[in-house]
This record gives sequence, structure tokens and C-alpha cells, in this order.
Amino acid sequence: MAARCTVERWEDALSGLSPQAMGQLMPMFLWLDRRGTVRALGPTLGKILGPECPIGTPFAQHFQLGSARARRSAAAGGGAMAGGRRLHLTLCARPDISLRGSAVEVGQNGAEGVLVNLTFGIHLVEAVRVFGLTEADFAPSDLALELLYLQEAKTAVLDELRALNARLDDARRSAVTQALTDPLTGLANRRAFELALDKALQGLALGGAPFALAHVDLDHFKAVNDTLGHAAGDYVLTKAAEVLRAETRRGDVVARVGGDEFVLLLRGALAPARLAAMGARIIARLEQPWVFETAVCRISGSIGVALSAHYVTPDAGQMQADADAALYSSKRQGRGRCTIAGSGEMAEGDSRLS
Amino acid sequence: MHGLINKSVQAFLRDNYGPSLWSRVAQDIGIGPEGFEAMLRYDDALTEDLIRAAMAALDKPRAVVLEDIGAYLATVEPVRRLLRFSGTDYWEFLFSLEELQGRGRMALPDLEFPELRFNAECRGRFTLEVRGPIPGWGAVIAGLLRAMADDYGALVLIEVIEPQGICERVQVLLLEAAYVEGRRFDLARPRGGL
Repeated sequence: MAARCTVERWEDALSGLSPQAMGQLMPMFLWLDRRGTVRALGPTLGKILGPECPIGTPFAQHFQLGSARARRSAAAGGGAMAGGRRLHLTLCARPDISLRGSAVEVGQNGAEGVLVNLTFGIHLVEAVRVFGLTEADFAPSDLALELLYLQEAKTAVLDELRALNARLDDARRSAVTQALTDPLTGLANRRAFELALDKALQGLALGGAPFALAHVDLDHFKAVNDTLGHAAGDYVLTKAAEVLRAETRRGDVVARVGGDEFVLLLRGALAPARLAAMGARIIARLEQPWVFETAVCRISGSIGVALSAHYVTPDAGQMQADADAALYSSKRQGRGRCTIAGSGEMAEGDSRLS
Repeated sequence: MHGLINKSVQAFLRDNYGPSLWSRVAQDIGIGPEGFEAMLRYDDALTEDLIRAAMAALDKPRAVVLEDIGAYLATVEPVRRLLRFSGTDYWEFLFSLEELQGRGRMALPDLEFPELRFNAECRGRFTLEVRGPIPGWGAVIAGLLRAMADDYGALVLIEVIEPQGICERVQVLLLEAAYVEGRRFDLARPRGGL
């Protein structure tokens, strides 16, 4: 790309260009003689190289060239730097800060050395901080200030976005929790239970742990609700939820799936005898009288349990139907008891286990 | 409208007049007290509602509220810093105002920032033409210019003058670009946040 020019005797005309003017146009220019010694430099470059005047000192004392080709050329006196290619330099005093620029020959075949114009590359922000640079240190034609502006604007926008994402994520989490929680008792709701059951079944198909499904119905709950009012009913439901939570382990799922209907998803290979003991404990605690305001509330519970281990290929619908049948059997046998599906304790006609 | 604009009005009301006034305004326009998100978009009508509710709550005319908002924005440190990148002194700042829309878009491409045209009339007198998506940007810019004059330490007279059609106009009389020492501005962002 040839520069356009209408000036004759260019060199003579330009001889009026003072070092000050040159420094104003190119605050980071560097003029090296044929041997690679600094002849002149711009004010910003001077600021970077430190308080001692670098004029008369060798280029290599301050800079390292970025490529092997360039290093050879610097050793040869700097003349070969002028190739029209982009130069990469690092500062000997601050190897973490690199500069880039280009160089041209001055005089007949570089008789007066090379003129290099430099700028900060990607380390601009760091350089501004390290050398305490101001607006006045940059040529107006340099995009450095725009780059600094963009860097700050980008940081502000990213901070906002990060904060927004955190708020949205919180909102999403609490929405998910709300969607899966029974508001009265804080237990899982039917939706959450069904998701957990599906997951347990999928896990089982992949060789995961077996589990048991227990359906729990409160007995005499309707009587409490009808005679003592809804507040007492709600109180009893909350207390029953506490019992169920206390009698199960952390990994188990306790859900309220209807008015006075609860289900438990109990993980692990639990022996029927252990499940029966657990059922008995739950029922005993449900039967303890609770005092609401001045009234005594008495309820009990019936439980039906189905074990995944009893099926060749367990299926959610079948397991729930069998747990229901076991629950129904508990009710038919006088309530306040726990029945394990397929255990032989079920009343005639209750079992649908095959 | 870009959420940043609504959020700016919210921040102005909350920082200058307290959270209870902001809560009243939020209730008036039917949003929660947590208010706007700077990085979401909102219906344009909501911005208009917000300005009207702010005028009612502060019992001030539209132009005064908007000018105060402009002045407030220039004192918010991140915004002040971004504005100071426009020039070394107030003179350079004024002459770079035409770039302000472009600078805004460089940071947020969908920000509805007004178009500014700067005319130098005679010694130290300038007219700024403001074309924005909603009426009142002229007043916002006037407030911003006044606060930035303080920041740079310049002595100026700024006045919103008669609009020409849809083009709002702000007159700037620059008496002295460096009247007092301005507030400090280092190119490098101070460490430890703003």
C-alpha cells in the first residue's frame, strides 16, 4: 500500500519535524541507530523505561524481541526489524507486559537506523496500572482509551449479568421446591413423590438398590376434623408429618399425597420384619394423644407396604396398587396395624400380588 | 425499554429519597419493591408509568425530575468513570458527546440511548440537539452535563431551550473549562471494586 504524497524533496520538508512533535504524534516511538542504540524515544515510552535516560543505551538492554527471526535481526543492528511485519516486544524489566508495533528504515538503506512505533497489545489494562499512565500518554489516534472504556463497561455488564443469574437461579430453586412441597407439612407432595418413585424404579432397572413403598392412612382423622375443626385437623397432620419424618432416614422420601394420606419411599433392602417393626413404631407414636389448645386429639394409622424385591420387574402402578391393597387389608383387620403385601398376613382376596 | 433505564430511575429514587419512597412508587406502578433488573427488557409503557409515579411522589415537574436523574447518573461511580473516558477535560468531553450514543451501544447494543448532535455557535457557546425514543432525554442530558462539569471542575451555564420539532435542545455556555480542580480520575480502575 503506497502512501500518497504531493511533496517534493520530502526529506527536506520533514526535517522541521521536531522530536517533540514526533513524540506528540507517536508517544511510543523509538529511533535506533544502525548498531541498535537508542537515539530518541517518545515521552510515554520514556515513562515506561524508567527514570534513567535510555538514550545511548542498547535496545537489547530494555527489550526482547518476540520471535527468533526478529532476535537475529536485532543482533544485526536493528535494520532487519524493518520488514513491514508486526513486531512483538517484551519489556526486560516487566516480562509480563508486551508491546507490539512496526519499524521502518530511516535514511538511504537505513543509514540513519530504524524508526519503531509501538503500542500496548492485550496487556494495556495492566500496563496502565503498572506505569500509572494517563490520557495524555496516548495519542488521540490510539484506540487505547476505547479499549479501557470497553473493558470497564464489559466488567460492569458481566457483574450485573452474574448477579442476575444468581437471583434467577435462587428464584428457580425456590419455585422448584414450592412446586414439589406440601405447604402445610413441608413434606414432599404427590408430584415430588411420583418423580422419586420413577427415579427409584429407573435406578433399580440399572442394578440400583431395592426399596419399599409404604402407604399410610390416618385413622379417625375425619372425626378430629369434624368435631374439633380444621385448625385441629391441620395440627394433627403436622404432628403426623413429624412422626413420619422422625421414623424414616434422610434418604427416604416422605410425602403427603392426599388429605390424610401419606406415602413413604424407603430405600435399601429392608427385611419385612424390620418394616413391620417400623410400621408398629409409627402407629404407636401416631396413637399418642396430642393436645391442640385444650382439646385432646386421638388418631391412629393404618399402613400397607410393598417391596420392590418381591417383583421380577417392579412397576409403579402395580406396586402402588399392592401397597394400597395391603393398606386396605390393615383397615379391614381393624385399623392401627401394618401389613406387608405378599407376606401371607393379608386377608383373603386382598392380595393382588402374583 | 432496556431495564438499565428503569433501574437507573429506581436507583435515583432509592438512593436520593430512601427505600420507603421507592416502595411507594413501585406499588403505584404494580411491581415488587425489589424493582427492575438492569439486564432484562420491560414494556415501554412501564417506563412512562415509572416517570409519572416519580413525578407524583416527588411533587416535581417532569423536566426537573429527569434533570435530577441525569445529574444523579453522573455521580454513580461506574457511570462517571465510563463518561470520563470521553475526554481529558470538559472541552474534549463536550466535543465527544456525539460519540456518546456509540459508546453506549458499544457496551449494550440494545440500549435506547438518544442521538446527540453538537453545534459550536460562537466562543464558548454550544447547542446540543437531542433526539431520543421518549421525550425528556434533553433534560436528562442537561443534568448529566451539569454534573460532569462539576466532575471536571469546569464553569458552565446549562439550559434546556425551546425544542425544534421532535428535537430537544440544550444550550451550553462554557465559561472556563478548568475553573477548579476536578475530581480525580485514574485510567486504571481502583483495585477492590468501585
